Amino acid sequence: MSFEDIKLLLIDRFGADVIEGEETGGLQPALFIAPDLIADVCLELRNNSKTYFDFLSCLTGVDYGVEAGRFGVVYHLASIPYKLQLTLKISKEHDRATGEPVFKSITSVYRTADWHEREAYDLVGIFFEDHPDLRRILLPDDWEGYPLRKDYQTAEFYKGIKIDY
Amino acid sequence: MNIRNSKYNDALQAYNDKIAAASVEDMVLNMGPQHPSTHGVLRLELITDGEIVKEVIPHMGYLHRCFEKHGESLTYQQTIPFTDRLDYLASMNNSHAWVMGVERMLGIDKDIPKRIEYIRVLVCEMNRIASHLIAIGTYGIDIGAFTPFLWLFKDREHIMGMLEWASGSRMLYNYIWVGGLFYDLPVGFEERAREFINYFRPKMVELNQLLTDNQIFISRTANIGVLPRDVAINYGCSGPMLRGSGLKWDLRRIDNYSVYPEIDFDVPVGKGEMGTLGDCWDRYKVRVDEIEQSLRIMEQCLDRLQNELKRTADFDPRAKLPRKLTPKPQDYYVRCEGAKGELGFYFMHTDARSEIPFRAKVRSPSFNNLSVLPEITKGVMIADLIAIFGSIDIVLGEVDR
Repeated sequence: MSFEDIKLLLIDRFGADVIEGEETGGLQPALFIAPDLIADVCLELRNNSKTYFDFLSCLTGVDYGVEAGRFGVVYHLASIPYKLQLTLKISKEHDRATGEPVFKSITSVYRTADWHEREAYDLVGIFFEDHPDLRRILLPDDWEGYPLRKDYQTAEFYKGIKIDY
Repeated sequence: MNIRNSKYNDALQAYNDKIAAASVEDMVLNMGPQHPSTHGVLRLELITDGEIVKEVIPHMGYLHRCFEKHGESLTYQQTIPFTDRLDYLASMNNSHAWVMGVERMLGIDKDIPKRIEYIRVLVCEMNRIASHLIAIGTYGIDIGAFTPFLWLFKDREHIMGMLEWASGSRMLYNYIWVGGLFYDLPVGFEERAREFINYFRPKMVELNQLLTDNQIFISRTANIGVLPRDVAINYGCSGPMLRGSGLKWDLRRIDNYSVYPEIDFDVPVGKGEMGTLGDCWDRYKVRVDEIEQSLRIMEQCLDRLQNELKRTADFDPRAKLPRKLTPKPQDYYVRCEGAKGELGFYFMHTDARSEIPFRAKVRSPSFNNLSVLPEITKGVMIADLIAIFGSIDIVLGEVDR
């Protein structure tokens, strides 16, 4: 099934609003999905007998920078029966002064997403709704700030101890 | 900037409550971070009822150094040494994946001379053997067999010595560069590699006699830690974990990258010979069989390198190094079969004049393979937990990144 077929399949199933745009300039085309529908889209792509995207390769949280004021998540799906790959992206504008951006969790579809979403929360500061156990995973529980944000300032002290770089 | 989402505190509170409640009824037992059978600095928090493990909560990050921050602060070439430190038992495979991704973004992946590609595959397969030798040896130790560990370490040392000869470094090579190699293979390397293959084949027979068919070993691993195929896929397991569950999924064959399409080798899968399909013994056996296949790949690479792709005086492995590593703005996810499973790098390149990616992300196989541990260890004995954990074969440098 080609990229265009998958696009048509999603439009057919969820309506035209589900696709917010597409990126076809590079080597791997990507679909921009409406952020609220991502869990449904993943479930459909996993269960549909024409696609069977049963393997979540990678989940990446992205901070698009302070000027862009935008956060996003990138999903790389793979279909083992059909040997296909697909990139899905969701993003929304978000003012970082008002707390973390919130996206829907896809843990109910792919259990892989559990730890990946915890990592995205830990390092980029993206909150995932309906995640069963959204704690920090790589950094200590009391760490402040999110290191992979573009405006992250390295901490000078940790628990009152000066950090030498 | 201390923005705390109250929902985050809820999750933390729920975890603390669970541990507090478990300390009353059951026992909370800490395994690691300095426990030898956690293969590094991993802490497993066990909620146990007597000898039965009710729940396993892995805590990681003791080796975290934020590779992705390095990746987006340094140029593509400068990050290669950092990729070596991800899976430090199979560094060649890591840098190969990274380099392949960058070359495809630059559009020069078709221009790489065949000799370089064959050398890359050769050293990658040598490193895969070394990694599997560690996996098998330490697995033996976990179960209580000490001798295989010493024997396999002795054999692994030959590989380490050869790769040191080629790259100048024993474990962290920085040998594969974007567009080429650090140096050509030293004179006599091919002959030495052949000697090693001839020396090593009988050693694998010895290993099978000592460990694979050992009744104690089979009793400890067969029917233990059964990982059904659908669970493995849903948890994103890959590599020997997924193949141990009986699925023929090897990216060297699926994606046909580098020169693997020209090479003849089989993909071993678990068959449930000693017990149930997808048990610890199957995962172990897949690794043993993969060593044999890697030796075959090595032989074929050496055949080509000694005949039609012979070294010539004017061959320069750095001739194709690009002056400027500036890909077009694009996103690219590259995946390849590392020693532990699907190793992926995701690049987000936004500035056409920059040599630094906007965002670089690693999809490390150990991280995903480990995430299935709490699922398959519900209700097992503590001793079996060690056996299951050892059969996953993780490297903490890659889990924590």
